[in-house]
Amino acid sequence: MSNLKHAFNMTLFLFAIWLLLSGHYTLLLLIFGLLSTLLIVLLAHRAELIDREIHPVLLKPSLLPYWLWLAREMIKSNIDVSLRILNPRMPISPKIFTVRAGQKTDLGRVTYGNSITLVPGTVTVDVDDDIFTVHALTQEAAADLESGEMNRRVCNVENVF
Amino acid sequence: MFIAISAVILVAIAIGLLRAFLGPTLYDRVLAANMSGTLTVLMVAVLGFMTGRPEFLDIALVYVLISFVSTIAVLRVCGTGCGASRDPEADSGEG
Amino acid sequence: METVIYILSWIFLLGGAIFLLVGAIGILRFPDFYTRLHAVSVCDTMGAGLVLAGLMLQGGFSLVTVKLLLIFYFMIFTGPTAVHALAQAALQGKLKPVVDEHEQQ
Repeated sequence: MSNLKHAFNMTLFLFAIWLLLSGHYTLLLLIFGLLSTLLIVLLAHRAELIDREIHPVLLKPSLLPYWLWLAREMIKSNIDVSLRILNPRMPISPKIFTVRAGQKTDLGRVTYGNSITLVPGTVTVDVDDDIFTVHALTQEAAADLESGEMNRRVCNVENVF
Repeated sequence: MFIAISAVILVAIAIGLLRAFLGPTLYDRVLAANMSGTLTVLMVAVLGFMTGRPEFLDIALVYVLISFVSTIAVLRVCGTGCGASRDPEADSGEG
Repeated sequence: METVIYILSWIFLLGGAIFLLVGAIGILRFPDFYTRLHAVSVCDTMGAGLVLAGLMLQGGFSLVTVKLLLIFYFMIFTGPTAVHALAQAALQGKLKPVVDEHEQQ
C-alpha cells in the first residue's frame, strides 16, 4: 500500500507550503487549510497522479553540484547568446541535429531534456524514446552538446533519484 | 531606481507584444505571449517592492502558474493547425 | 556590510533588466521561430534569475525571500516545458526551421 504513503507525504508537503504562505494561524483557518489540502490530494488521486513521481527529487541536496554546474553553463551561454543578439551582423548558424540520451529512466530523460532547453543556445524540439532532436543556435553550441558532457553528468545524477 | 527597472520591463513587454502582432506564424505569437507572461510576473514583483507591499508576490506566484497553463492550453486547442501552416495535412483535427 | 548588499542587489537588478531587454530585442531581430526560442530562453533564465536575486537581496531574509525562491523555482521548471511544447507543436505543424546551408556539408 505504498500509494497511501505517497498520498500522506503529499498531504504533509502541501500543508507545509500552505502554512508557509498563508501566515494565518488561528484554529478555524488551519482547519480550512487542511481541508483544502485534502481536497487537492483527493483530486490528484482521482486524476491518478499519485505515484513516486510526486516527490520533489530535484531538490535533494546531493544534486547541488549538478545545479551549480548547470548554473555556470547557463551564465556562459547566456552571455554568448546575448552578444550574438546585440552584434549588428548577428553571427548565428542554426542547426538541427539528434543526440542520444544515455539515461535509463523517464525522470533522467526529462532532466536531460529540460537541461538542454534551459541552457540558451540549444532547445529540445522532439523526443522519441532516447533520441532527442535538438535545435542549436550556433555550431559551437551544437558541438558543445555533442561532446556529451551534460549527458554524462545527468547519467551520474540519475542514480540519486 | 525601481521605476527605471519597471520602465525597462515595460519596454521589453512592448517589444514582445510587437512580435506578437507581427509574428508570421501562430507559434511566434504564442511564444511572444509566453515571454510577456514571464515579464509580467517580474513586473508585478518589482511593483510590489516599489510600493512596499509584499502581498503582490502572491499574485506573481499565481501568475507564473497561470501563464504556463495558458501557453499549454493554447497549444492544446490549436496545437498543430490553426493557419500555422498552409499545408492542408497539417490542419488535422478540430483546429 | 549593508551597503555592500544594497549595491550588489542593484547590480543584479540592473544586470537582469539588461538581459530582459536583450532577450526582447532578440525576439524581434531573429529571423525565424526556432531561433526566437533561444532569445526567450535568455529572458526566462538569466533575466528573471538576476531580477529575482536582486529583489531577494533587497528583501532580506524573510518570507519574501521564500516567495521569490518559489517564483524562481516555478519559472525554472515551467519555462523549458512551455518552450519545448511550443517547439514540438511547431515541428509537428510542419514549420520548417531555417538552417545554415554553407555550414552543412
